[in-house]
Amino acid sequence: MSVWRQLARGLRVLANRRAADQDIADEVESYLEQATTALEASGLSPDEARRRARSELSNATAVREQVRSYGWENVIASALSDLRYAARRLRGNPGFTTISVLTLALGIGATTAIFSVIEGVLLKPLAYPESGQIVSLRHTAPGIHIDELNLAASLYFTYREENRVFQDVGMWRADSASVTGVGQPEEVPGLLVTNRFLAVLGVQPVLGRPFIASDEDTKSERAVILSDGYWKSHFGGDRSILGRRILLDGDAHAVIGVMPPSFQFMDRPVSLIVPLRLSRADIRLISFCCQGIARLKPGVTLVQAEADVTRMLAMAPAKFAVNPGFSSNVWATSRIAPRLLLLKDALVGDIGKTLWTLMATVGIVLLIACANVANLLLVRADGRRQELAVRAALGAGWGRIARELLLESLLLSVASGVLGLALAYAALRVLAASEVAHLPRIHEISIDPVVLAFTLGISLAAGLLFGLIPVFKYARPRLSNALGSGSRSVSQSKERHRARSLLVIVQVALAVVLLVGSGLMIRTFQALRNIDPGFSHAQELETLYISIPESQVPEPERVMRMEEEILRKIESIAGVSSVAMTSNLPMEGGQGDPVYAEDHPAHANTVPPIRTHKFVSPGYFSTIGARLIAGRDLTWTETYNQTPVALVSENMARELWHDPRAAIGKRIRPTLKDDWREVIGVVADLRDEGVDHKAPGIVYWPLLQKNFESSPTYVFRGVAFVIRTPRAGSLALLQDLQKAVGSVNSNLPLADVKTLGSVYDRSLARTSFTLVLLAIAGGMALLLGLIGIYGVISYSVSQRTREIGIRLALGAPLQNLTKMFVRYGLILSGVGVAFGLTGALGLTRLMKSVLYDVSPSDPLTYAGVSAGLVLAATLASYLPARRATKVDPVEALRAE
Amino acid sequence: MDKPNTDVIQGTLDMLILKTLSLEPMHGFGIARRIEQVSRGVFKVNPGSLLTALQRLERGGWLDAEWRRTQNSRRAKVYKLTRAGRKQLENETADWSRRTSAIARLLKAEG
Repeated sequence: MSVWRQLARGLRVLANRRAADQDIADEVESYLEQATTALEASGLSPDEARRRARSELSNATAVREQVRSYGWENVIASALSDLRYAARRLRGNPGFTTISVLTLALGIGATTAIFSVIEGVLLKPLAYPESGQIVSLRHTAPGIHIDELNLAASLYFTYREENRVFQDVGMWRADSASVTGVGQPEEVPGLLVTNRFLAVLGVQPVLGRPFIASDEDTKSERAVILSDGYWKSHFGGDRSILGRRILLDGDAHAVIGVMPPSFQFMDRPVSLIVPLRLSRADIRLISFCCQGIARLKPGVTLVQAEADVTRMLAMAPAKFAVNPGFSSNVWATSRIAPRLLLLKDALVGDIGKTLWTLMATVGIVLLIACANVANLLLVRADGRRQELAVRAALGAGWGRIARELLLESLLLSVASGVLGLALAYAALRVLAASEVAHLPRIHEISIDPVVLAFTLGISLAAGLLFGLIPVFKYARPRLSNALGSGSRSVSQSKERHRARSLLVIVQVALAVVLLVGSGLMIRTFQALRNIDPGFSHAQELETLYISIPESQVPEPERVMRMEEEILRKIESIAGVSSVAMTSNLPMEGGQGDPVYAEDHPAHANTVPPIRTHKFVSPGYFSTIGARLIAGRDLTWTETYNQTPVALVSENMARELWHDPRAAIGKRIRPTLKDDWREVIGVVADLRDEGVDHKAPGIVYWPLLQKNFESSPTYVFRGVAFVIRTPRAGSLALLQDLQKAVGSVNSNLPLADVKTLGSVYDRSLARTSFTLVLLAIAGGMALLLGLIGIYGVISYSVSQRTREIGIRLALGAPLQNLTKMFVRYGLILSGVGVAFGLTGALGLTRLMKSVLYDVSPSDPLTYAGVSAGLVLAATLASYLPARRATKVDPVEALRAE
Repeated sequence: MDKPNTDVIQGTLDMLILKTLSLEPMHGFGIARRIEQVSRGVFKVNPGSLLTALQRLERGGWLDAEWRRTQNSRRAKVYKLTRAGRKQLENETADWSRRTSAIARLLKAEG
């Protein structure tokens, strides 16, 4: 009970200090009266009695203070009064306060923004129950040089039937379907999934039912689950949707459920979820088609799971027959091995390195900001030296003085933290809106309690860091020294100067590290921009996907005809110079399968290297601006006649036949069962996996073929149109395109309309993102460093006015004085640059993974940064140094 | 110079106050005078310490305080022992006698 009493009384006193004081004063007064009355009663005169009573009480005020100082609330009250004092002092110097708060707020804001990205992308678990148990079932096949292999249907069944480590196994594939009969025909993104897929994630439809095993049966009715967004936008959130049928690619699907609004998967736009209808009996061993996910049993580690998967991989050939056309030992020679990843790591990828690099960068900016504020605080504390010394002499404990100085710093840093948080919030809004970074999980980035705690933490840490420097320098008990060496000493003592010079050196050194970092990023960016990606003027290439469902046009050749008809219509649009089609746009990959060459007979036990397969129409290479190194392009006649021809990339031609020209006339095929196809042309390499990755070997086949990959007639129903026109990216062009496609077939939606330029930019996005942020950080660091130098020199000039006056009076030439200060600035920046370069040599090694074609110790960058910084530092010290020449010796000597 | 020491033995002021108030509610000066009288002038209570102690005891919940008019119709803050205070007094008295008897034994030994 008494704790409550303590708390309640204390709060009452805090709330009304005056009443509490009055109460104490009244009691002391009443005590005095009682004592006086008692003394009078014992026979003293009233005056004498009062005098005696007072003297017994010794000092009424002291008693009041003694009584008053009891209680926990007094500790708070005195802290509050110190805080008020600190706030008043900060308000009293708005210039200093504004600059400090802005500087720090930038540092804290940048750090908070990057941290909230790290928190949202890397640290926060995925939004599924027990998400740490969900793994992505990836593989690798060193035997056929495949780093990343997805999941085969055969393996899906093997894992589901034989595993000892998974609670559930699921398989999925991203797909899209054209939805007709619901408003305009529209290409809608979706997922094809096995029936336990949602169970692996641990999510359920909020309306209706999840998939069950019978939904996968090819004989049962087709089912679909809608996303919340699609349900609301297309069906107005109508709860009677269950059981309704919608047309996907022409087939009726019954709506069986609606997902919760929070459902998301791998950052993909998902409007529809449709069961993968696999017939186990038809599945062959080599059936890599999809991605796998699984939920580990509680307590199972990734290593244990990999061991179990390795065991099961050996069982697959016994359960499933090898595909026709493949050698029987293909499984053994591929040496397929598991490469399981937590689903979160699969989603986030290797962005971690970039983000931590940026975190280090903004951390450095914050340190520089702290150094700047510490410098300003030192100047202020220096100005108060005598005041502090007098207070110490009058009996103020140095703990009390230290507390006051520290409180002022903490107040500054917390205010900056609040402003920094606002800045971070704004920065994140910009980041989310611009999508410059193409960050995974970008919609999960927010200022959550963890971020708030982080901001508070770094604000306080920053406040302590820069607050303790003046505390150690000025709150130490050595008053005589400070009182004695007052204002009349001629020049500054070295010791008073040392701390500030050191801070400037630190600032310059840190700025050098950041500038070297940005310099290296600029060089990387330049190197990447100079690489020929294998196509040209991507900004003028409009692209879109169209797919012709089997339910509308069953015959392969008619599909090809319709595609050409659309192509001709687009060709006649004003401003279009050429149009072509492809299965996969540049930088969007393609099937990865082996290619057999006639004159390179495969050894019985090996599979030839995997190549990227793309399917193209005539005119494709000239449209995207790819050079033909040898031979010629396809023709429409060859396409319709299904002539067995192909083109290959230059690197593949060189690898197989050493010379591109030698490739012409050679014969290749994708499997052992197919017809041989003659190489008619060699195309310049295409950086298909990103500008910063090696160009893969690519084979280009015609869009319509016979006896290809075991099917008698092979056609691409979903093709990308590539349109070269200066109008690319405009809304008017899009409308013309819709009209052109609609005039051929009004049921074909246009999907994924974009320019190839945006695809190219995306491949550079991470580099540009890192570059922009590093450049901003480097610029801020440079600015703060220069302000630091400027501040130290100009303060030094103002402190040494008397010395300058004497020198001038004794006849020192003006330039010598300027030189003296500039030299001082140069020494500071020189030492800073030296330390910075050493630091950069060590730290930029950590950046290696984000650099391209430039060494972390690139001499040009280091030299450029050093020269630039020294030049800027000279200017920053020259400007204040000039003021020394304006000193009037008479004034200077008379002052004070 | 040889003025006898009239300071209250350290740590016993609370007990003395509680004991005094256990007889009847009293104001600060009354407590001081009662201690002085009953101890026959051996202890003189310092008003500052007394008022602080009263504040502390009240905060601790041993005492209740209220402003009242005294016989000579002056206002005074009158303190009253609470039940917790009575309990505390018992504890402190028991503790005190245990300690004094120990000291007495020590002083008598080897007398």
